[in-house]
Amino acid sequence: MTIAGAWYLGLAAVLFSIGALGLLIRRNVLVMFMCVELMLNAANLTFVTFARMMNDIGGQVLVFFVLVVAAAEVVIGLGIVVAIFRRRANATADDLHLMKG
Amino acid sequence: MVNLLNGAIIAPLAATHASWTDIGTFAVAAAIVLAGAIGVVIARNPVHAALMLVMTLFGIAVLFVLQRADFLAAVQVIVYAGAIVVLFLFVIMFLGVDKTESVKVEPLRGQRPLAAGLTALGLAGVLILGLVSHWTTGKASVAGAANGPGSNVFKLGRSVFTTYLFPFEVTSALLVIAVVGAVVLARRPPTTGTDGPDAIGATGAIDATGETVDAAGDVTDPTTETIDEEVAP
Repeated sequence: MTIAGAWYLGLAAVLFSIGALGLLIRRNVLVMFMCVELMLNAANLTFVTFARMMNDIGGQVLVFFVLVVAAAEVVIGLGIVVAIFRRRANATADDLHLMKG
Repeated sequence: MVNLLNGAIIAPLAATHASWTDIGTFAVAAAIVLAGAIGVVIARNPVHAALMLVMTLFGIAVLFVLQRADFLAAVQVIVYAGAIVVLFLFVIMFLGVDKTESVKVEPLRGQRPLAAGLTALGLAGVLILGLVSHWTTGKASVAGAANGPGSNVFKLGRSVFTTYLFPFEVTSALLVIAVVGAVVLARRPPTTGTDGPDAIGATGAIDATGETVDAAGDVTDPTTETIDEEVAP
C-alpha cells in the first residue's frame, strides 16, 4: 500500500502557495515565469494524486495536456520577454507601465 | 465512493500500511520539492532560480514515479527539465540578465507582507477545507482505470488515442500557433530600409554585431542599430 493521497495534496497546496507568493513578490519577469511553472507543477501533482485515488486515468491524461500547454505558454511568454527587452534594457515588471494613462 | 475518498484523505499516515521505503522516498522527494520551490522564490540570480526549478521538477518526477505514473515522470524530466528550463536559461543568457535584482527596494510599500499574509491565508483555507469537508463529485473511472494490472504507458496511450483523441489533435494546432507566435514575436522589428535584401556579403556579421550590442542591454531604441549598420562597413 502506498502513502495516503492527503500528503500529496497537502504538499501540492504548499507548493502552489510558494509559487503564488513568488509571483506576487518577485519583480524579475523570468523568475515570475518560473513561479508560474511551480504553480502548474502543483496542479499536476494534484491531478496525478486524484488519478490514483479515484482510479481514473483521465487525471494523468490531463497532466499530459497541461504539459503541452505549459510548453506553449513558456515559448510565447519568453518571446514576449525577449521582445520587451529588445525595446528597453533591464525591465522588471515595474518598468512595464506603458499602458498607464 | 465518498467513503473511499474520505478514508483515503482523512486517514492518517499510520493507518495506510505504507512501507518505510515509500515513506522515506516521499519524505526525501517532498523535501527536495519544497527546498527547490523556496530557492526559486528567494534566489537573487535568475540562473540560480532556474537551477532550483530543475530541482523541484525532479522531485515532482520522483513523486510521479511513486504514484505509478511512469510515463508522466519521464515526460516531466524530458519536457520540463530538458526543454523548458533550457529555454529559460537560454533566454537568461541571451538577454544578459545576470544582474541581480535589488531585493532591498520595495516599490509598493507593504506589498510583501500583504502578499505573504494573503498567501498564508489561502493556504490555511485550502488545508482546513480539505480536512473538514468532503466535496467529491462525479464518478470514478470514467476514462478508464489507472490502477491495477497493465502498464501505465499502455493505459495512458489508449486513453489519449480513444477518449481524448480530439483534444489531442487540438493540441497540435496549439503547438503550431505557439511556434508561429514565437517566430513573430522574436523577429526583429523592421527599422529603416537598410537591412533589406540589397545588403550582401558581410551583412551577417554586421547583423550579429548589431544584435550583440542590442542584447547587451545598452541600446534602447532602434535607431542605434541603424547607426551601427551604417558605420560598420
